[in-house]
Amino acid sequence: MSWFNKEKAGIDKSEGKKSKVPEGMWIKCPGCSETVLGTDIEANLNVCPKCGHHYRISARKRLQVLLDDGAWQEFDAGMTSVDFLEFKDAKSYQERINAAVAKGGSKDAVICVEGAIDGTAVQVAIFDFAFMGGSMGSVVGEKITRSIERGLKQRQPVIVISASGGARMQESILSLMQMAKTSAALAKLKAAGIPFISILTDPTTGGVTASFAMLGDLNIAEPKALIGFAGPRVIEQTIRQKLPEGFQRAEYLLDHGMVDVIIPRTEMRSELSSILKMLHRPTA
Amino acid sequence: MATPFYLDFEKPIVELEKKIEELNQLATGGLDIKADVSKLEKRIEEMRKDIFSNLSRWQTAQVARHINRPFTLDYLRLMFTDFVELHGDRNYGDDHAIVGGLARFNGQPVMVIGHQKGRDTKEKVFRNFGMPNPEGYRKALRLMKMAEQFRLPVITFVDTPGAYPGIGAEERGQAEAIARNLREMASLRTPIIVCVTGEGGSGGALAIAVGDRILMLEHSVYAVISPEGCAAILWSDGTKGEQAAEALKPTAKDIIKLGVIDEIIKEPIGGAHRNHEATAKNLKEALARNLAELNKLTPDELVEGRYEKFRAMSQYVE
Repeated sequence: MSWFNKEKAGIDKSEGKKSKVPEGMWIKCPGCSETVLGTDIEANLNVCPKCGHHYRISARKRLQVLLDDGAWQEFDAGMTSVDFLEFKDAKSYQERINAAVAKGGSKDAVICVEGAIDGTAVQVAIFDFAFMGGSMGSVVGEKITRSIERGLKQRQPVIVISASGGARMQESILSLMQMAKTSAALAKLKAAGIPFISILTDPTTGGVTASFAMLGDLNIAEPKALIGFAGPRVIEQTIRQKLPEGFQRAEYLLDHGMVDVIIPRTEMRSELSSILKMLHRPTA
Repeated sequence: MATPFYLDFEKPIVELEKKIEELNQLATGGLDIKADVSKLEKRIEEMRKDIFSNLSRWQTAQVARHINRPFTLDYLRLMFTDFVELHGDRNYGDDHAIVGGLARFNGQPVMVIGHQKGRDTKEKVFRNFGMPNPEGYRKALRLMKMAEQFRLPVITFVDTPGAYPGIGAEERGQAEAIARNLREMASLRTPIIVCVTGEGGSGGALAIAVGDRILMLEHSVYAVISPEGCAAILWSDGTKGEQAAEALKPTAKDIIKLGVIDEIIKEPIGGAHRNHEATAKNLKEALARNLAELNKLTPDELVEGRYEKFRAMSQYVE
C-alpha cells in the first residue's frame, strides 16, 4: 500500500483556463454561472464584472495596473536556475527549466522591479505562476532577498505578490534554505521600520506561505485565493476526513486571523496607495 | 533500549548474531568454541562496517527513521544535566512533538529544544509521530526568546517527518508559526547550534534549524520533502521513494557540499541506534567545540554571521 496516492490530476501548472479568458467570446463564469463577454472580464483585470470572481492574471499584466504609468525598472531579469543536483524524474530539471523559459516571458518564477504606487517608490517582487508553478528555488529566493535588501538600502516599502506551489523540489535542500534566507532579510527590514506588504493570490502554498508570504506587516489576500501550508490533498489523505467548506480560502484565513484584509484586485492599487501613505516615512 | 527492530539490509548481521548466541549456549554446555565465536564476531564487525559505509540514500533515510535511533530526550539524558522541561506556548497548548527546557551542558546553562518521537504505539501517538502543530513551534520560539533574555545559548535537535498537515494546524497558522520562527531565529541575539539527528523534514525541521552552526549526524537526512512525498508528486507514485531519495540527495555527505551544514558527526558502526552512548559522545565533543567558539562572539557578530551564512545558500547563474 502506498501512503500517497495521486487520485486527481495535479495542480494546473500552466496559466491554463483559470486565467486565460478567451477573447471576444461569451464564457460561462464559474463564479456566478452567468454568461459574460470575455473582453469585459479582461477589461476588468480578469475579474468577473457580474460576481467579482477572480480569474488568474499574468504577473506582467498585474504590474501594469498596479504601478504608476504602468512603468518599472526590472532587476536580475537574466538570473537563471542551475540543475546542480542533476535532478531527474520523468524529465531532468534542466529540461524543465528550458521548457519553462521557452514558453516565453520570464527566466524564472519571480519578477523583481522598482516602481511607484501613487508616488510612493516601492520594491515589488511578483510571482509568475506560469513558470514551474511559481515554485521557489535559489533564483526566486535570491531575487526576493535582493528586493528586500534594496528596500532596506533605499528605505522603500517592499511588496511581494505571491502565487506559488511552494519550494521547488528539484533544488531539494537549497530550496528549503530560501525560506530561511528571505525571512532573515525580512528581520532586517522589520528592525529598520520599513513596511513589508505580503499579497497572497491564488494559489499560495507550502514553503512560500511558511516564509515571507505570512510575514507581512500586512497580509493581504485576494478574494477566494487558496492559501495554506499543506496542500488540501495531503491533509485529506493524512486525516482521512473531508475538509470543511471553504477550507484554506482567503475568507477562511480571514476568519481564523491569518490575513489582515481581503482586497479585490480592482481596488488593490488604491488601497495599497492609502495604506503605504499611512505606514511609510521615507526618512528614518 | 526498546524491542529490537531490524532494517532489511541489517538482516545478514542479525543472522550471524543469532549464530553467536547459539554457539554461546553450546559453550555453556562445556564445548570449547571460543575461537569460532571470536571469528564470527569479527565477521559481524566487518559486515556492519561494509554495509554502513555503503548505504544508499534510501537506506540512509531508513536508518534516519530507525525506531531505536536516539531521540531528543535520549540526548538530554546522555549529554546534559539538570534538565527542567518547560511546557506550553502560552497561547493555546503544549505540543508533545517538541520538547524543550533549561539544562546544563558541561556546566554551562543552555536552552535545549528538539523534536520528539515515540517508540511504542502509545508514545508515538502521544508525540504525534514527531510532527509538531503550530503551538509546538510557538513554544520553541518562546523558549528561544527566553534564552535570548537570559543570554543562554540555544541547542536544537532536529528529527521530524515534517510539520503536521491537519485542519487544526492550518486553522491555527502552521505556516505563520514556521515563518515567524525563521525570521526570529535569524535575529536571535544568542548562539544557536543545530543538530540534525534523524529526519530533517522540510519546513517543519527548518523552523527550529536556523543557527550559527549546523551539525548533522552521519546517517541523518535533510530535504525539502520526504522521498515518499516527492515520489507521489513527481512520479505520481508514492512507492517510488527509492528513486526520489536518490534524486533529492538528502544525506549529510550530499548536503555538506552545498554549504548547508558545517560538520558531519560520525555515528558508531551499525548506526546511532546500535549505540546511543557512543553517538552522544561524538555529538557532545562537537557541540562543546562549537559552543566554545560561539561563546567568544558578541550578539552583533553572531547575528551578522548567521545572516551571511544563510545569505550564501543558493546556486544560480547571472
